[in-house]
Amino acid sequence: MSQKVLLSSKEIHIILHRLACQLLENHLDFKHTVLVGIQPRGTFLAQRLTKILKEEYGVKRIDLGFLDITFYRDDFRRGDKTLEASSTEINFLVEGKKVVFIDDVLYTGRSIRAALTAIQSFGRPSEIELLTLIDRRFSRHLPIQPNYRGRQVDAINEEKVKVMWEENDGKDVIYLINK
Amino acid sequence: MSELSVKHLLGIKYLNEKDIQLIFETADHFKEVINRAIKKVPSLRDITIANIFFENSTRTRLSFELAEKRLSADVINFSAAQSSVKKGETLIDTVNNILSMKVDMVVMRHPNPGAGIFLAKHVNASIVNAGDGAHEHPTQALLDSYSIREKLGDVAGKNVVIVGDILHSRVALSNIFALQLQGANVKVCGPRTLLPKHVESLGVGVETDLVKALNWCDVANMLRIQNERMDISYFPTTREYTQQFGINKNLLESLEKEIVIMHPGPINRGVEITSDVADSGQSIILDQVENGVAIRMAVIYLLASKIK
Repeated sequence: MSQKVLLSSKEIHIILHRLACQLLENHLDFKHTVLVGIQPRGTFLAQRLTKILKEEYGVKRIDLGFLDITFYRDDFRRGDKTLEASSTEINFLVEGKKVVFIDDVLYTGRSIRAALTAIQSFGRPSEIELLTLIDRRFSRHLPIQPNYRGRQVDAINEEKVKVMWEENDGKDVIYLINK
Repeated sequence: MSELSVKHLLGIKYLNEKDIQLIFETADHFKEVINRAIKKVPSLRDITIANIFFENSTRTRLSFELAEKRLSADVINFSAAQSSVKKGETLIDTVNNILSMKVDMVVMRHPNPGAGIFLAKHVNASIVNAGDGAHEHPTQALLDSYSIREKLGDVAGKNVVIVGDILHSRVALSNIFALQLQGANVKVCGPRTLLPKHVESLGVGVETDLVKALNWCDVANMLRIQNERMDISYFPTTREYTQQFGINKNLLESLEKEIVIMHPGPINRGVEITSDVADSGQSIILDQVENGVAIRMAVIYLLASKIK
């Protein structure tokens, strides 16, 4: 197993600020927009972006939720493992709102497909966008593309992208791991 | 990675503490789901479940059916009263005929203890015991413990008394196993005639004085007198039973501390529990019913994920 650094802490810092600015450009005061982090790993990115938008760009109020997609996945009973759920925390209505899904890595697109179904339990959003830190090109199983992307990478299927966050793993870094 | 240690839910006796914790954690997520505007998830859309009830039931059958439908499973219902069982068909034949219609899971209630265990040995489907005679009723015990955990934060170290007809109660036996697995202290209380011989060998305390039992406990689980299972007279009159083992508002208020009142239903109001107690703030009877759906969703989800 070998691993190389895909993005360093400094690069992640710059990319997060760019993504925050892009969100700001499209959604301004976030009055009609809600951010939804996809459980489990998208929540760190969503929290980080919310913090940057509030503290550095003066956005007063952002509705931030976390969506668990476990029960909406299409691979139930198809793998060896029982799918383990995380919590869903969406304490606002998404009816008529613009929803931005936030996830760390976009790979096959199946998680986002599940999220598109899951979010309907909370109302009918007027629009849904997708923000992803790492976009693994050429590996999509479904016609899903991000609206905002941090970095596009060409990783082959045997490789794994591992995103680490300071608050969870001790430091911000993204590795490309060759199994 | 967490998964259940069993393929069937036949009784609490076959579970370990980790299984119970996994079921509770999964139920937490489903409880959030059933409180949404849209209360349904598509997980089990390719699973078919047969609910086979050889004995009457309202709450359990509805609760299972609702749990299955909330998970998007296909559901067929079967009750013995309207079936070929009346024409002399055996249990295995009945179930195998149902399974030939490509059913993946069977939820069964049966008047004979061990019916689920027997079935699990002879048919190829995941079996959930929804009550087998006076033996076990595992999902009831799980939802009872889950409700205690929700109300008091934890089950470990709590004192729980089960009051009433212990002898004929599958709820009592499953509850004793479940509570002990989680580290609670358990006592049973009732007239001597309705306490099984050697019940102490299960590691539970025995108390025949209700006031003493209630002063000891944090939670009192009041059971119904199961007249339908009584072949002889176990106490002189219902009125006398109520006087000695029924709980009323005066008794509840005379206790040294505030206790939690539970009842698995159906309630015989005025017999084991008066209306003002059943409907009081200390009672979590309706929470138990709500939690029942979440617990059954969790059990079915976790078992279904093992069907390949």
